[in-house]
Amino acid sequence: MIRIRDLVKAYGSLTAVDGLTLDIEENEIFGLLGANGAGKTTTIHMLATLLKPTSGSATVNGYDIVSQPAKVRSSIGIVFQAPSSDDILTGYENLHLHSMLYSVPRNTRRKRIDEVLELVGLADRKNDQVKTYSGGMRRRLEIARGLLHKPKVMFLDEPTLGLDPASREVMWKYVRRLVEEEKITVILTTHYMEEADMLCDRIAIIDKGKIVALDTPAGLKAGLGGDIIRIKTKDPTAVKSIESLDFVSRIEHSNGFLVLSVKDAKKALPILLQQVEAESAEFSSPTLNDVFIQITGRKIDKEKAEGGFMERYAKYD
Amino acid sequence: MQSMIEDHMTKLYALWLREFKVFLREKSRLVASTFTPILWLFVIGSGLGAANPSTIPGVDYQLFIFPGIVAMSIIFSSVFFGSYIIWDRKFDFLKSVMVAPVSRATVFVGKTLGGMTTSLIQASILLAVGAAIGVPFTPISLLQAVAVILLMSFGLTSLGLALGSYMYSLEGFQMIVSFVVFPLFFLSGALFPLDDLPGWLGILTAADPATYGVDALRQAMLGAGSNSFALDMAVLFAYTAALGLFGILSFRRMKAV
Repeated sequence: MIRIRDLVKAYGSLTAVDGLTLDIEENEIFGLLGANGAGKTTTIHMLATLLKPTSGSATVNGYDIVSQPAKVRSSIGIVFQAPSSDDILTGYENLHLHSMLYSVPRNTRRKRIDEVLELVGLADRKNDQVKTYSGGMRRRLEIARGLLHKPKVMFLDEPTLGLDPASREVMWKYVRRLVEEEKITVILTTHYMEEADMLCDRIAIIDKGKIVALDTPAGLKAGLGGDIIRIKTKDPTAVKSIESLDFVSRIEHSNGFLVLSVKDAKKALPILLQQVEAESAEFSSPTLNDVFIQITGRKIDKEKAEGGFMERYAKYD
Repeated sequence: MQSMIEDHMTKLYALWLREFKVFLREKSRLVASTFTPILWLFVIGSGLGAANPSTIPGVDYQLFIFPGIVAMSIIFSSVFFGSYIIWDRKFDFLKSVMVAPVSRATVFVGKTLGGMTTSLIQASILLAVGAAIGVPFTPISLLQAVAVILLMSFGLTSLGLALGSYMYSLEGFQMIVSFVVFPLFFLSGALFPLDDLPGWLGILTAADPATYGVDALRQAMLGAGSNSFALDMAVLFAYTAALGLFGILSFRRMKAV
């Protein structure tokens, strides 16, 4: 659905996107995960034909982003980081405006607007001015707007930035529904690990304009070597009986605990506990955060949200 | 072909409708921009009029500046309207329009039509005030006035939009007010006759597109002026075409993000 080859965007000496090559399949939720300034938004803007690449190429729905921008635009929907609806107009009026700009046929306009409003749960607020909407509702209206012309691809740039945890979960629900009901491909950028983990079929971790890892969330985590089980036991034969289990890849002693590396702790633990008499047992799975730190050598700074005053505004909303 | 034209018209209509609805809902804009010209008409018109400046024989000063005040309302509302694009950019609305499959020229023309409409509505309120203070309107002079108003507002909205497209901060708006709106107004001969000006001022007024709008309105409403109505209209048309072209080119090169 999207094919990116050696895409570069340079601003003077700063290279925001540095030789990106990537294929995104139809009907998947693909996540671009990275710290602020990693080049996620720049990538989205190039794919949406709002920015010209310095070099390299990309196609969206088979159309070239440089030579066929109008066809690309008709194929995509996009939700920007900051809400971009006109807040003097009502939700319905905003959608009506965009349905005309996207050449939705006159006789299906009303029906399609009602459909997308229903999909994002705003049908009962459609005749209110957007300035009365909450931050989460604004984002959902933007999603509805992006869906009007039945695009093949939907870009969501930090769809939950500045939303409270409850609104964030609501947003995730609607994004999933989008893929199920509208059968479209979703590309989202985020710097929230949890969001990427919960939503995405595949994730590309981007650092300084380059892809540094690309896999499913499970695959990325498995790359760290699986789960860790910690057992406290007084059984003197414990080590010996554990060593006989082939799914345990490593045993270490630490502060009176036995620390075991296994591929899947949920399956390993019951078997283990039949073999060993344990006083206590616990396990932990690596998170995407562990993966991110491992790969980029840094944490994502959660406090520093990027963007202008609209984000800050949305946060206190 | 037929459907392509229809598609284009639909997009223009959508862009125009948005501007019109915003105009209708932001009543404070309308009130403020209609009040100022009326204030000028009555305070400057009566105040300076008392000093009896020589204008057109048999026409008092208030009546003399009335066409100029109509032009003033067009200058202010059109150029301001154009520069509201800085706000559209600030609130990212512009980005959402530019990512749609709509050409920049269409976006430009749609917005300009919106500006023309708001200018025409404001000017109509003033025309009604004019009739009340004794401007001798005839159907023909009214028609001529409306033609001037439409042409002038198209050109000046284009100018505002073009300048706004180069500006990325609200401070830019203040620059437009100081260096474009006020000079356009003061140099247009809205408040004084153009016939016996010192040389330097004569040159500046001749270069001001609004001069021809004011003169055309004065010809239409009072039957007096420096140039013929036809000459004024020809110059105004040339200016409007040039400014429209400038606007389209500016929109084409405007950065989307």
